[in-house]
Amino acid sequence: MAALATGGATPSDGATSFQRKVPASSRLAAIAGTRPSVRHGQLLLSSGLPSLDCVLGGGLAVGTLLLIEEDKYGIYSNLLFKYFLAEGIVCGHNLFVASAKEDPADILKELPAPLFDDVHKNQVDEKETAIKSKQESQESMKIAWRYQNLPKMEVSPAASARFGHYYDVSKTVSPELLKSIKWHRFFLPEEMSLHPEIKTCNMTCGYTRLLQSIQRIIYQEGFDGSYPQNKAIMERVTNLSDTVVGLESFIGSERETNPLYKDYQGLIHVHQIPRLNSLICDVSGTKDLAFRLKRKQFTIETCAGSSQCDTFI
Amino acid sequence: MLSNPPSSLSFLEGSLLIVFQGKLTLLRDTKTDGSFLVHHFLSFYLKAGCKVCFVALLQSFSHYNIIAQKLGVSLTAAKERGQLVFLEGLKSCFDVFFGEEQHVGQTNPLQFVSKDGSNLKTMYEFVRTSLMASGSDSWKCPVLLVDDLSVLLSLGVRPVDVLDFIHYCRVAVCSQLKGNIVVLVHSNDDSEDEENELVVNSLCHQSNLILWAEGLATGFCKDVHGQVKLAKAFSLLPMLP
Repeated sequence: MAALATGGATPSDGATSFQRKVPASSRLAAIAGTRPSVRHGQLLLSSGLPSLDCVLGGGLAVGTLLLIEEDKYGIYSNLLFKYFLAEGIVCGHNLFVASAKEDPADILKELPAPLFDDVHKNQVDEKETAIKSKQESQESMKIAWRYQNLPKMEVSPAASARFGHYYDVSKTVSPELLKSIKWHRFFLPEEMSLHPEIKTCNMTCGYTRLLQSIQRIIYQEGFDGSYPQNKAIMERVTNLSDTVVGLESFIGSERETNPLYKDYQGLIHVHQIPRLNSLICDVSGTKDLAFRLKRKQFTIETCAGSSQCDTFI
Repeated sequence: MLSNPPSSLSFLEGSLLIVFQGKLTLLRDTKTDGSFLVHHFLSFYLKAGCKVCFVALLQSFSHYNIIAQKLGVSLTAAKERGQLVFLEGLKSCFDVFFGEEQHVGQTNPLQFVSKDGSNLKTMYEFVRTSLMASGSDSWKCPVLLVDDLSVLLSLGVRPVDVLDFIHYCRVAVCSQLKGNIVVLVHSNDDSEDEENELVVNSLCHQSNLILWAEGLATGFCKDVHGQVKLAKAFSLLPMLP
């Protein structure tokens, strides 16, 4: 066994029979920013948020639909949307941005700037040393020993990882990077013509003019395309989607002041995970997931608050 | 227990073939995904040598095929034998919207999505002609399998038309051909989707057997995914252990 191990470690020996016949880069891995799933073999794409990928069983399978239920004011769900677009830019994919509210060009300008490995590594190192020194000072206190083994949703990026990237929400993406990619747009207000052919047969001329005048004002002043969610429609869309994730922000709710949740901005609910090529789906063991918006990063973590809750009840 | 669906439903299998002819089985799921029942019935009827028409509106052929292979059936082979008629909804919809013109006399079963005035009649005709015995094949009773009916509502079909479609299919498949129909629907107790609830309630009254998969009321559990309720299983009573 020892001989085998050394043989594997130093391939220059050459004598080992355990050699990979296929070159490491398979046909599937040739597409930037993707990797095949271990579980069902479908090609996976990162959502732009590695901690979300982890919750969804490794990433989004190519050809599936992810539905994000907005939080109350759409702040955090918008962030997820931007992360996904930014991931596409970093991987050099072509983008198609469709919007009913905001101009797609403006959306692209506000995407978060990617953190590349060298920059991020320094930060992680700094963080780690900070944590270490903190731990040392608290070594005598072992009250929270139970949480030491809690799985961390956030995996720190390895230098070689090409799947999933980290972004700095405090900075916007550089215009040079934006110029380097190809993108297409669909902006609803542009698509609706200003002078529709209103059938005048049943309407008097004055009434048509009135409608056109109202339409013109709406165009000039802008309009809010959002409308309250219809629960029946939500149910159907949920059934038709592959992955469904809901965000519940604490803004305006009583949980905002609850000390259990003081570290988090809201909860994330994974409503549905696709069953691809199998009878069951990848369900992550933990259901208590919360999200936190730090100065630079948005992360999803196991909610420590709720496990404390379990212990005390 | 849903942890191992194929074997755990095996107590039903014998009775389904002997007693069940000319019956409508409703698969209903609440707060869980009942598609495992569809996969079970698909592989079960194919193994039993029935002629199957599968209206698959939800997923792609390869998805169903890979799972069927795990359950021991090859859909590709069944299609080639002429045992399985597979209607891939995702593909047919694409053909209606973006495909080339159909040949004369060959209407797409999902023509109704184009909103050109056609209705579910084309789909019914498709089901009827594909299950009609052509004389040469020697399959056992014909089976119509739909995954899932709620998609029709999402495609803009009125609930009344969905119920009409099922009624026509019952007349053709259950009554004339002495075959079976298995249909999946979603339902929720606190649902506000009135159209869907109307379809589910009516089908509950019409069906001969209801298999109701429910998520656990107490929430997520690692080992057990949910429970299955059997309702209206009067005809099965003598066969149950």
